[in-house]
Amino acid sequence: MRITRWLVSLLLALAAFQAAAAGVSLKDDRGRTLQLAAPPQRVVSLLPSLTESLCALGGCPRLVGTDRYSNSPPEVVALPKLGGIDDAQVERIVALKPDVVLAATSARIIERLESLGVKVIVVESKTHADVQRSLNTLAQLLGTPERAAPVWERIQREMGEAAARVPPQLRGQRVYFEVDASPYAAGPGSFIGETLVRLGLANIVAPELGPFPKLNPEYVLRAQPDILVGAQRNVGEMPGRPGWSALRAVQRQRICGFDPAHYEVLIRPGPRMGEAALQLADCLAALR
Amino acid sequence: MNGHARLLRRRLVVTLAVLALALVVAGLAAGSEGWSPASLWGPDAPLIVGQIRAPRTLGAWLVGALLGLAGAVAQGLFRNPLADPYLLGAASGATLAVVLGLAAQAMAGHYISLATASLLSSAGLVLGAFLGALGGVLLTLLLSRGAQHTTRLLLAGVVVGVVLGAASDLVTNVAPDALRGKQWFMLGSTSFLGWQSVLLLGAGVLVCVPLAWRLARALDALTLGTDSALSLGLALPRLRLVLVVVLALATGLAVAQSGLIAFVGLVAPHLVRRFAPSAQGYLLVVSALMGGTLLLAADVLARLLIAPQELPVGVLTALLGGGYLLWLLHRRGIE
Repeated sequence: MRITRWLVSLLLALAAFQAAAAGVSLKDDRGRTLQLAAPPQRVVSLLPSLTESLCALGGCPRLVGTDRYSNSPPEVVALPKLGGIDDAQVERIVALKPDVVLAATSARIIERLESLGVKVIVVESKTHADVQRSLNTLAQLLGTPERAAPVWERIQREMGEAAARVPPQLRGQRVYFEVDASPYAAGPGSFIGETLVRLGLANIVAPELGPFPKLNPEYVLRAQPDILVGAQRNVGEMPGRPGWSALRAVQRQRICGFDPAHYEVLIRPGPRMGEAALQLADCLAALR
Repeated sequence: MNGHARLLRRRLVVTLAVLALALVVAGLAAGSEGWSPASLWGPDAPLIVGQIRAPRTLGAWLVGALLGLAGAVAQGLFRNPLADPYLLGAASGATLAVVLGLAAQAMAGHYISLATASLLSSAGLVLGAFLGALGGVLLTLLLSRGAQHTTRLLLAGVVVGVVLGAASDLVTNVAPDALRGKQWFMLGSTSFLGWQSVLLLGAGVLVCVPLAWRLARALDALTLGTDSALSLGLALPRLRLVLVVVLALATGLAVAQSGLIAFVGLVAPHLVRRFAPSAQGYLLVVSALMGGTLLLAADVLARLLIAPQELPVGVLTALLGGGYLLWLLHRRGIE
């Protein structure tokens, strides 16, 4: 009896040791290896897409603060807002005592937080592959690596569903996706461009122009896109731009404009990419 | 020297010193949750007050002091009350360097080689901005073939400002991701200052202020005109060059740590001249005191006004400084 009890307590101690040793070690997108004794329980996210990814992986309860633009899922709205990534509030972040801070590269805040002993993980999401990779990184960070695959599969399923909803006669049609009225377009190399490809559409922008090239408005006119996509505010003014009333897409009203809440889904490289594809597909299906 | 003027000058220095001390205390107590003197003794005090508020508060004063000094040097050098520290290409050079650092990743493989990109981003934004600021001034000096003609120097500075400004616009055009970062750099911010920044800035003040003090006689002579200065036996070209170096060093250090904070460099010497008209030596040193006090006051206000959010300190200095200049113009108009 005594020996069994002793053995049981030994096993329990071993199990406890195992749990404590289940630290996290992962490489972030700067190529820096990060060691954590245990999966973080207090997380700050400084990018809306990372906030969404973390929540999709079940990490929402561990968020203690976000940047001012994070607004989805609804749980994060009430969390402390710590500024934008370029003007984040160091003191408030440190006072929240996060185990880890999620940020994008090129933020000056990273150096400052690291000098104060706060661990920072840099995650870049620019393409579909990046999103898949960042989901894996974050799931690993949370100590639940098995959760990444289902989220990615859901995105893929929604993408497939969206592609099936696009009317066959629209396949191969050329899209101008405007991300800013300057005008900046989403090129085929961006995650938005990749989604368009998944939907069977072509892009008026050549891939060598980069992910989000600034175009001459004349380029759009010459390219005569079949479909225009953008924020409602921007596509609404397109017919009034000099010469743009000559665009066939304008004349035939082949325009998909999205209100801010829906447009936001389209421009965030995160777990709602599938939802974005469905939104696009529904708009395309409604075109005559 | 009359007694009244001396009294005025002494009174200004004492006022500024007392104000600065009071503001340092305020800066330690002003936190993200607003006015919170209790936090000075809380369990988090070593981290929150010791590692964040203290270096930020001292850093804000030091940045302001460097800008005030640089402003006084610029106004003396060009004999123009509208001159400011950013006149000789330091601001545009620093901005270009920061934008390049921010855009490095996006441009890698497309417009610049991968090796260049990793060099740019590994240099860090602070070092990059400092080197950029010095590079901008150096370019100005090369274009004006030295500092012997102030008009040429001024014109070269304007040209360098425009050209380097266009270059950073070109970079953001290619890599729009860098736009936001650029905007915040141009607005200026004291919120990322740590002890390392304080050490660098402090060293800068310790080098620049005594150097400027020693050169004050040359600036005094310059106020009488170039000919009088030459007749006093001053080696003007060399002295001007050293003044430009002091200007570049002070501006570069300040800008690298906290971005392009507006108006402090322009307004500080004006305020000193208004309260205590004096020779250049006093003006230079007290402009530094004035600049430090101004920026620290703006920093404390920026933290308190909309707590727990924070105002960009550059917006406040521009509003306060611009308001002061307008008031000054208005008064002059009446008189």
